[in-house]
Amino acid sequence: MLELRNISKRFGQVLANDNVNIIVKPGTIHAIVGENGAGKSTAMRIAYGFYTPDSGEIVVDGQVREIRSPHDAIALGIGMVHQHFMLVEPMTVAENIVLGSEPGTAVALDLKTAAQEIRKLSEEFKLAVNPNAVIEHLSVGQQQRVELLKALFRHARLLILDEPTAVLTPLEVEEFFTILRRMREQGKTVIIITHKLSEVLAISDEVTVMRDGKVVGRVQTKETNAAELARMMVGREVLLRVEKPEPKVGEPELVVSNLTMTKRDGSKPINEVSFQVRKGEIVGIAGVEGNGQTELIEALAGLVEPNQLSGEINFEGQNITRAGARSRRELSIAHIPEDRHRRGLLLDFTLAENSILGVHYRPPIAAGVGGVFLDDSAIHQRVTEIINNFDVRPPNEKLAAKSLSGGNQQKLIIGREFHVEPKLLLVSQPTRGVDIGAIEFIHRKLVGLRDSGCAVLLVSAELEEVTSLADRLLVIHQGKIVGEVDPKVATLEEIGLLMTRGH
Amino acid sequence: MRALARQLLFPLIAVIAAFVLGGILILLIGDNPIVAYRLLIGSALSWPDGIGYTLFHATPLIFTGLAVLVGFRCGLFNIGAEGQLYIAAFATAWVGITFANLSPWLLVPMCCAAAILMGAFWAAIPGVLKAKFGSHEVINTIMLNFIAVALVSYFTQYHYKIPGDPILQTAPIGYGAHIARLGKFIPGLPQRIPLNLAFILALLCCLLVYLFLWRTKWGYEIRSTGSNPSAAEYGGISIRKQIILAMAVSGALAGMVGINDVMGYHYRYYDGFSDQYGFTGIAVALLGRNHPVGVILAALLFAVLQHGGIYVDGFSEHVTKDIVQVLQGIIILFVAAEAFFQYVTGKFGLKYAKL
Repeated sequence: MLELRNISKRFGQVLANDNVNIIVKPGTIHAIVGENGAGKSTAMRIAYGFYTPDSGEIVVDGQVREIRSPHDAIALGIGMVHQHFMLVEPMTVAENIVLGSEPGTAVALDLKTAAQEIRKLSEEFKLAVNPNAVIEHLSVGQQQRVELLKALFRHARLLILDEPTAVLTPLEVEEFFTILRRMREQGKTVIIITHKLSEVLAISDEVTVMRDGKVVGRVQTKETNAAELARMMVGREVLLRVEKPEPKVGEPELVVSNLTMTKRDGSKPINEVSFQVRKGEIVGIAGVEGNGQTELIEALAGLVEPNQLSGEINFEGQNITRAGARSRRELSIAHIPEDRHRRGLLLDFTLAENSILGVHYRPPIAAGVGGVFLDDSAIHQRVTEIINNFDVRPPNEKLAAKSLSGGNQQKLIIGREFHVEPKLLLVSQPTRGVDIGAIEFIHRKLVGLRDSGCAVLLVSAELEEVTSLADRLLVIHQGKIVGEVDPKVATLEEIGLLMTRGH
Repeated sequence: MRALARQLLFPLIAVIAAFVLGGILILLIGDNPIVAYRLLIGSALSWPDGIGYTLFHATPLIFTGLAVLVGFRCGLFNIGAEGQLYIAAFATAWVGITFANLSPWLLVPMCCAAAILMGAFWAAIPGVLKAKFGSHEVINTIMLNFIAVALVSYFTQYHYKIPGDPILQTAPIGYGAHIARLGKFIPGLPQRIPLNLAFILALLCCLLVYLFLWRTKWGYEIRSTGSNPSAAEYGGISIRKQIILAMAVSGALAGMVGINDVMGYHYRYYDGFSDQYGFTGIAVALLGRNHPVGVILAALLFAVLQHGGIYVDGFSEHVTKDIVQVLQGIIILFVAAEAFFQYVTGKFGLKYAKL
């Protein structure tokens, strides 16, 4: 169906695609896997006409084709769904789908026939999308199906999906895969770009593995496994399972009792939550995103207005419910936030400047007359330690944080928060958007910190991550802790049910 | 080095483009742009009058440019430098009149303190309003401009004017509040040129602002707040405090314009003395890339235009000094276009540069 032959593409200094060969057979689901920056998206954008290759050719249905723009790609039956949806929120599904190829005469827009056709397509593939619904009222999963419909409406026979599951909840992922299988049955070809190995194994027929801009492997899904794929992606053996000794649990470090957060609009994202975290253990919080995890961690970190909180947060016997973020940090509470761009980093600042956030105001960083001036050598020493201990690349403290890859940004944040030798670590989505190699590294660091006696509270949307890291697992549903399970014993299905139903 | 070149690139393009477009305009009017520009720049850089006056004109622009810069670095848009400098100048004069008989050793510091504190106070008002109630500083600083101008005019007219004086100005300040003109120290520079010690103070402030913003913990907190308030908050920084602090520092810098004008030039409060210094300061800060060194360069450029414009007016046939306004306008337009350009590339560039 689609073949990329010897495709190369250079962006400035970076050879994003180096002699890439990809063959996608018709009627299959083909996964392209690789770490961030491996060149997966570049290759697919070339196939979709977003970029023109520096050399090489694209073959569609056995014929060499020039694809100069997405328009050409669509004409050849190639459709692409981007990671970030390109939908006009206040408009209806039908309006969004026809956008760019409006049916009817030059002046009159014929939405009725379009809506009929959309309904037909939606039924054919069991997408359950109402053409007259307004986009902003739809869930993320539904919006994604609208994107699929957009491609199908333009008679796409080959669909390229860029990280389609990144935005979906575990349940939505299942539904989505069912849709993909149905599309394959109807004779469509699907390319799915991802870096989640479990999904590759679950959905694809064939896998192309990319690393550093090159294709490093092409295998039948049936004949491979996660460990082999991971090794190909990273280029070395990767430990997929977290190995950890039995916890040596000590005194309770954090005790939360009846914590409720009431927002100004009266909603209660956290509702009567009580739990404790002891020294030397990792307590995981599992839940579908948006069930209060974000607010809970922010409340514990001192980032929620105290007057929105009731109940008590006790740290080492001290009531810190009304303490601010700075005084909590002074008690050795560290926080790895879920959104590194919004909370964790000053993207325009250098690595050195980022490395002192939170301790910038006290010795040894602030020194000199009256403890006012920033001490360059102290900053240099600190950032060098973080860069070395956490393998931040490139190891140049003068670079702006925004120029690092997601994984290295995350390592910088984790290094910074570890550097204060915390007694309590609040950590949210520690490996979101991070490469496999770095995930392994981060997991080992978290376990090491726990073994040194730190109390760790971990929130993650990756169920496998929380179950493998946590010593105890709490399930949160609509702001309430609805159960505690032993992650060694409980099955993913059990936890999944608690997460979605709350009992 | 490359980073510096990149920093200079857009301001340079803006200035060159302004001169090219301005040149075309002069051609259309029917004059020779080369002649006009030679007149403009030549006269502004002649010794001693040109350079003396150019530096004198640059002084308030350095102060207001720094004021706007400090605000910007905290994510605040201080459009109120104009009002802050009027209030501060009046306060300076008030101290200089009220304590006219004190010795310079007392009176000069007192007058300077009046300028700095009054400017800081006037700017802190919108700062507090923003920190406490979230009301936007742009609206409040603009409003306070009107209030400041009306207030000082009122006090000048009805309380501090010498009866019978046809000019809207206060009584003179005491001799103890005068600061020396630089002609006193520099041979060949006549003392009639009002370039005074405030210029040295302005340069000193550039250094101090640099040290404050980039070398102290307070500056780090202000810049963090400006760069990413959520991350600053996460780092235990009180955003509210930074907003008030940054506005106060910004106002203090704007207020120092009063030192230049009251203590070094008019020796009294002269109503309407500001030639839009507060607003030109915005352009100075933008063109100067929100960096103290850039502010000096941009202030000098605007001062050259301002002073040279007078000669263009006098000596060329058709072109008036309004050409200066045109040049300034085009420069600002280009600098603003760059911000837009960066916004667009930042927004879409990131997306499409993802490999």
